[in-house]
Amino acid sequence: MTPLIEMQNINLRFGGNQALDNVSVNLYPGEVVGLLGHNGAGKSTLIKVLSGAYQADSGRIRVGGQEVSIRTPQDAQAQGIETIYQTLALADNLDAVANVFLGREKVRGVILDEDIMELEARKTLDRLKVKIPSLRLPVAQMSGGQRQTVAISRAIYFKARCLIMDEPTAALGPEETAKVRELIKALKAEGVGIFLISHDLHDVFDLADRLTVMKNGRVVGTVYTQDVSHDDVLGMIIGGVMPKNARPADLPAPRA
Amino acid sequence: MQMQSTSRARTNLVQSLGVDGRILTMLVVLAVVWAVFQLFTLGQPGQFLSPQNLWNLSVQTAVVGIMVGGMVMVIVTRQIDLSVGSILGFTGMIMALIQTVPPLGWGGHWLLALLAGLVLGALIGAFQGYWVAYWGVPAFVVTLAGLLIFRNATFIVASGRTIGPLDDNFKVLGGGLNGSIGEFWTWVVGLVVMALIIYQALSNRSRRLKNGLPVRPVWAEGLVTGTLLALVLAFVLVMNAFPYPGTNTPRGMPVPVLITIGVLFLLNWVALNTRFGRYVFAIGGNPEAALLAGINVKRMLVAVFALMGMLAALAGAVQAARLNFVTNSMGNLLELDVIAAAVIGGTALAGGSGTIVGAALGALLMSSLRSGMVLMGLPTEWQNVVLGLVLLAAVIWNTVYLRSRR
Repeated sequence: MTPLIEMQNINLRFGGNQALDNVSVNLYPGEVVGLLGHNGAGKSTLIKVLSGAYQADSGRIRVGGQEVSIRTPQDAQAQGIETIYQTLALADNLDAVANVFLGREKVRGVILDEDIMELEARKTLDRLKVKIPSLRLPVAQMSGGQRQTVAISRAIYFKARCLIMDEPTAALGPEETAKVRELIKALKAEGVGIFLISHDLHDVFDLADRLTVMKNGRVVGTVYTQDVSHDDVLGMIIGGVMPKNARPADLPAPRA
Repeated sequence: MQMQSTSRARTNLVQSLGVDGRILTMLVVLAVVWAVFQLFTLGQPGQFLSPQNLWNLSVQTAVVGIMVGGMVMVIVTRQIDLSVGSILGFTGMIMALIQTVPPLGWGGHWLLALLAGLVLGALIGAFQGYWVAYWGVPAFVVTLAGLLIFRNATFIVASGRTIGPLDDNFKVLGGGLNGSIGEFWTWVVGLVVMALIIYQALSNRSRRLKNGLPVRPVWAEGLVTGTLLALVLAFVLVMNAFPYPGTNTPRGMPVPVLITIGVLFLLNWVALNTRFGRYVFAIGGNPEAALLAGINVKRMLVAVFALMGMLAALAGAVQAARLNFVTNSMGNLLELDVIAAAVIGGTALAGGSGTIVGAALGALLMSSLRSGMVLMGLPTEWQNVVLGLVLLAAVIWNTVYLRSRR
C-alpha cells in the first residue's frame, strides 16, 4: 500500500537552531500516528511544515506517492491536508459558520452566500453529533468542546485525507475528550490518516497505531503501539533510546 | 427575581428583533440627547430640532462621517490611524493647489484635482500600511509620524499661504449655496433607499425560508423594517423643510451628506457581505487563525490603511469645498474626533469588534452634542469637557458590555 503522506529527510534551521534534523515520518490511510516528545522536540515544527505554515530548508514531501511542494496553508489544503491547531485557530469574534468557512467562503458573485454556508455547516456539525444551539453566536461564547467541534468541522467539510491534530483534547473536560476520541476513531474508519500530537499517553495509546518519538529535532524512532509499554515510550521521550524488543515501524506498511 | 425576569424578557425581545443591542442603546441615547437639547433651546429662534439646525447638523457630521467607517475597519484589525487629520489637510491642500488659478495655484481642472487627491490619499495610506504590515512597525508610531509629516508638508507645499478660492463646481461637494440636490432628487434618493430596504428585507426572508433557515418573527421583521423606513422618510422631510434664504425653495439633501451616506452604505455592505469585510474581522479576532486560514493578512492591512487614506482625502475634498479656502491647519486634531466617534459607536480598541452603523451613530451623537451645546451658548472648554466625559462613559460601557458576553 502506498503511504498517504511521506516526509523524508526534512531539515529546518531557525537561526543557529536546528529545529528539524533529517526527520522522516510517514502515514497510511486509516491510520493514526502519534507524534510524541518534549516541548521543543520539533513535533509542532514538523506538522507546521506539512501544513504549509513553515517551509523546510530541504527534504521531500510525498502525498499518495506523488512529490508535492507545500509552500502555503492553501497548498496543503489543496492536497487534502487539514490541520487542527492546539490554539484551535478560530477567530473568537466570528460565529461558527464564518469559522468553518474562513478563507474558503462560498460566494455568489462577490457576496458571501451565508445561507448555503449555514446549511452546510449545520450538516457537518450534525455529523459530529455535538449540540451547538446557535451557529450565529461568536465562538467565544461556546464551550471548549463546541469550539473543538467547530475546528474539526472545518477540516471535515473540506474532505481531509490527512488530518493533523495538535493536542486536540488538552483544553477539554472528560466528556468532551471522550467525544473527540470517538470522532477520531470514526474518521479513521472512514480512511482518513491522522497525525496526533498529544502529551496524554493514555490518549495516544488508546488511539494511535504507531508512535513516532522526537527529541531535539530528531526522530528517536517509530514503533507499533502494541509492541511497547508506557515506560518504553517514556524512555524514548526522555532518554532518546529505542526499546529492545520493538519491531522497527518506520518503513513497511502497518500490519501489512 | 423580578429584576432578573424583566432583564431576561428584554434580552429575548432584543434577540427576536435581531438587532445589535448596542445599536439600539445608541439610538435611545441619541433620542434622549436630542429631546434634552430641544427642551433647553425651546424659546430660541433656532431650536435644536428645527429643520435649519438639523440640516446644518447633517453637514457638520459629514466630514467625520466619511472617515469613521474606515477608522472602524482600521481599529477592528487591531490597528490605529492617527494621521487622518493630517492626510485630510495635506490632500485638501494639494487639491486646492491643483485647481486654484495661477499664480497661487496651478490652474488645473477641478475633477483632476479631486482624482489626484483621492489617489494621493490612498497612496499615503498604503505607504503607512506597508510599514505596519510588512515590517511590523506599530501603527501608533507609523501614523504618529504621518501626523507630523503631512501636517507640516501641508505648510511646505503651500509656502504657508492660504489657497483659494476654489472652483465653483468643486464647491458643490461642500454643501454650500449650490451644494444641495434639491427637493425632487432628495425624494428620488429617499424613495430608492426605501425601496431597497423593502426589497432587501423581503428577499432575505424568502430566501432563508426557502432554505429552511430560521427567520425572525413577522412582527419583529415588520418593526425593524418599518422603523428604518420611518427614519428615511423623516430624514427626507427634514431635508426638504429647510429653504434657501428669502425663498420657499427647499434645499434638499446637501451633497456632502449624500456622499457620507453613500460611503457608509458601501462600507457597511462591504463589512457584512464580502470576503474583504469578513477577513477584516477575522484578522481582528485572531490574526494567527486568519493567517493559517490562508488569508493574506499583510495585503489586507495595506488595503485597509489605503482605504482609510482615500476616505481621509475624500473628507478633505468636502472640507475644502465647504471652506472655499484651504489653510495649513485644516483638519487639525480631527483624528481625535474620528477615533472618538468610532469608539463611542462601539468599536473596541482591542480589535475584532465594531460596526459601521454604530460608528455612524457615534459620529452623529458627537456632532449633536457639539451643536446642541453651541446653541445653548456653552463655552468651548466646557463643550470639550462634556465630549471627553461622553467618550469615557462610552468606553467604560463598551468594556462592560464586551466582558458580560464572555
